[in-house]
Amino acid sequence: MEKEKDKGFIDRIWDFFASIRLAIVVFAGLALTSIIGTVLEQNADPERNIRLLAKLFGNAAAPSLFNIFESLGFMDMYHSWWFVSILVLFAANLIICSIDRLPRILKVVKEPIKPLSEDRFRGFGIKKEFVLNGGSEKTKRAVSQSIKKVMGFNLSEVKEESGYQLYSQKGNYTRLGVYITHFSILVILLGAVIGIFFGFKGFLNLPEGKTYSVAFTRTGSMAQTQEFERILDAVEASAGNLQNASKLLGTDEKSLRTMMRKLGIFPLGFNIRCDMFNVDFYGKSDMPKAYRSWLSVIQNGKEVMKKIIEVNEPLKYEGVTFYQSSYGLVPGGVENGIFRFRAASKDGKSEEINARFGGSFTLPGTTLTAKIEDFSPALGFDQATNRPFTYAKQMNNPAVLVSFFENGNRKFGGWILKRYPETWALPDGYTLQFLDVWGSQYTGLQVRKDPGVWIVYLGCIAMAIGLFIAFFMSHRRIWVKLVDERNTTRVIIGASANKNKQAFERKVDKLVSHLAKTKEGGK
Amino acid sequence: MDSSTLFGIATMAYILAMIIYIVYLAFKKPQIGVVATTVTVIGFVTQTFAILLRWKEFYEIGKMGILRAAPLTNLYESLVFFVWCLILGYLIIEFKYKNRSFGAFITPVAGLALAFIDLTGMDKDIHPLVPALQSNWLLAHVMMSFIAYSTFALAFSTALMYLILKTEKRTEPSYIFWTVTMGIFIVILSAMGLDYLTYKVAIKNPDVLIKSFLFKASFFSNSTAVSLVSWIIAIAFIFLVWRYGYILKKVIASFSLSPETLDEITYKSIAIGFPIFTLGGLIFGAIWADQAWGVYWSWDPKETWSLITWFAYAFFLHSRFLRGWKGKKIAIVAVVGFVMVIFTYLGVNLLLSGLHSYGSME
Repeated sequence: MEKEKDKGFIDRIWDFFASIRLAIVVFAGLALTSIIGTVLEQNADPERNIRLLAKLFGNAAAPSLFNIFESLGFMDMYHSWWFVSILVLFAANLIICSIDRLPRILKVVKEPIKPLSEDRFRGFGIKKEFVLNGGSEKTKRAVSQSIKKVMGFNLSEVKEESGYQLYSQKGNYTRLGVYITHFSILVILLGAVIGIFFGFKGFLNLPEGKTYSVAFTRTGSMAQTQEFERILDAVEASAGNLQNASKLLGTDEKSLRTMMRKLGIFPLGFNIRCDMFNVDFYGKSDMPKAYRSWLSVIQNGKEVMKKIIEVNEPLKYEGVTFYQSSYGLVPGGVENGIFRFRAASKDGKSEEINARFGGSFTLPGTTLTAKIEDFSPALGFDQATNRPFTYAKQMNNPAVLVSFFENGNRKFGGWILKRYPETWALPDGYTLQFLDVWGSQYTGLQVRKDPGVWIVYLGCIAMAIGLFIAFFMSHRRIWVKLVDERNTTRVIIGASANKNKQAFERKVDKLVSHLAKTKEGGK
Repeated sequence: MDSSTLFGIATMAYILAMIIYIVYLAFKKPQIGVVATTVTVIGFVTQTFAILLRWKEFYEIGKMGILRAAPLTNLYESLVFFVWCLILGYLIIEFKYKNRSFGAFITPVAGLALAFIDLTGMDKDIHPLVPALQSNWLLAHVMMSFIAYSTFALAFSTALMYLILKTEKRTEPSYIFWTVTMGIFIVILSAMGLDYLTYKVAIKNPDVLIKSFLFKASFFSNSTAVSLVSWIIAIAFIFLVWRYGYILKKVIASFSLSPETLDEITYKSIAIGFPIFTLGGLIFGAIWADQAWGVYWSWDPKETWSLITWFAYAFFLHSRFLRGWKGKKIAIVAVVGFVMVIFTYLGVNLLLSGLHSYGSME
């Protein structure tokens, strides 16, 4: 070994990066700084964190503390230069530590097992010594068979002066488990980096019946400037064909793409349409059961895919994935939407009817005219007064107030609720089912393109395999020395395992008792 | 018979087992030990049936397939499963190491956790799944996370016992560490119990209790006097634990568990828990998040705290290879690791907000 002071500067840097000490410092550094990031809300409205700091440190200190934290990047700390630097340090530590140790480990792994000299037998953690009847030749066969049977080892042998030596090993490759695990972390980090540089993460609020050819980044869409609207209009007018859009804008495709990137508009390369959105509830409760969007993918004017997506069931097309993530009402959507009803007469004939807010329609097969007077997305009735009111902003319990007229005279009317079939019944066994206000809601889609995700998954698989090997498998070696004595043979067993020595020792004990038994039986 | 009756029987069995284990420790009669183990096994089997029965009840209500009816969806169910894993882990250790003294430590944890659920009137109803939880990953992710949490809990208790046995002087940093940690633990639990007793009437579920009433009956009381007295009592109590901690050492020394065995159990528990946590907690969690939200990693508090826990145990595993990091120092790391686990499990849901509150769909 070299002495510390004889090492050059580069060697010392190398040793620093290869050290477990650095690994431990990095673990502690990442863990401690991450804690701060979970307390301060990330990428949030500054006001929220100032309020939080005021709660913890008092009103006077909060604003200046906020400024200090913000200038250090704590408000988006997982992307700050210093946090990324710790991650880079982590990766460098993993790489250099592996390069440093791997050659030695590979040597141990590849090196065939060799017979041992007499004195080395003394140093084993697992050591057995006993005497069996019969000569070494016979004992050798018995030992080989027993080891094969109890442990599954195939033995090598050498003839020695006074007998034989048998030896074998198993699981020498399990020493690489640690390196597979370390390597897998690098693979995952690589996949993440690819995702950051070549991927896209954004959203699209898609109203029912609308078609879009782009998605938006969170930051870009904040500032909806005139230029943003102008470019978006042109792109949508040409159904996502950027060549046509650039002609409309009087520019070329390349600079249009650059402008779009700056504004946070991501071209999908195809069109996506929301045919319908719906929330299912459990029974009559307001507990959501499923959020569903009926989506269609359109390419070159042709419908190429249709799928109903749910929270755990995204749609994937050409590397772009759409996830169900939120929903809401389109401003003015009720006024512009289509009220859909199903009218059914007593004899079972049914017909679908579409109408507009404030509009009228004739009930098929009758002389009644229905007029849509009012709408509530979530109708409830006051328990004391029974007065109707709207209890939520979302479409929890959509209801429509319909009045029925005959020859200009109002005959009857009332609220028809989508989720309550008992409100659909009209006099004379006629039913008017309220289906939906189509076009009144939008589905909030999370849109993602991540070419690195498969690398991340590969890394995860490698990590699972590496951890399994590293923790649950071990490198086991055994040497057996057979020494001829007068009518007997002295058996000396030395064995080692780099992990879980106790389990291997139990195996060796089992071997000894097995050997004793078979020898007795064979006599 | 429904699942809650069976859970009741299991709770009683664990509390009874605790008493028998303590009697066993006092008299050291093997027959008493056998009875203690038998009662624990009866409790365990009953609880297993209770979990399966609740699974069936959930399956019949939810109608979403057997894999999505695993009773692992809320605080109540996860606590029950955690206790189940803990008892299983303990029974394995008892069998492997042929030592029953440890039972006097584990059965009270199990019995008290189940009794705590009953006392606090925690919401035990079966609720149908919100959309985000309707995934087959739920079973694998949550089950493996809790198996790992239980191994970490076992490692925590053996590491703590190791520290208690190995420390000699009151001025020793490790002695100060374990007495103060244990003191804070007991103080926090008592303060929470006080909150519960004070505001019992107003509170229906523990989430609300912790979110808006935490320590309101003591440290954060509106009355300055109450808050001041609470702080003084807390500090005095921690001082007393520090002053008289050696009594506990005598108790544990009588368990005939060698520090080496404790150290070994600590290491082995973590060596089993770490890969399970990595795969089930982090990797499966990431895959599920990828499927449900379109991001495999979003640095939300629950994810980040899981990662912090992972780093703590990675620290533990690597520190064994460092010179001078044997024994007490790494026992401290194991204790700190479990504090991280508790925060990941409870603290994040109750104190910090994030995607895991399943409230993003509004």
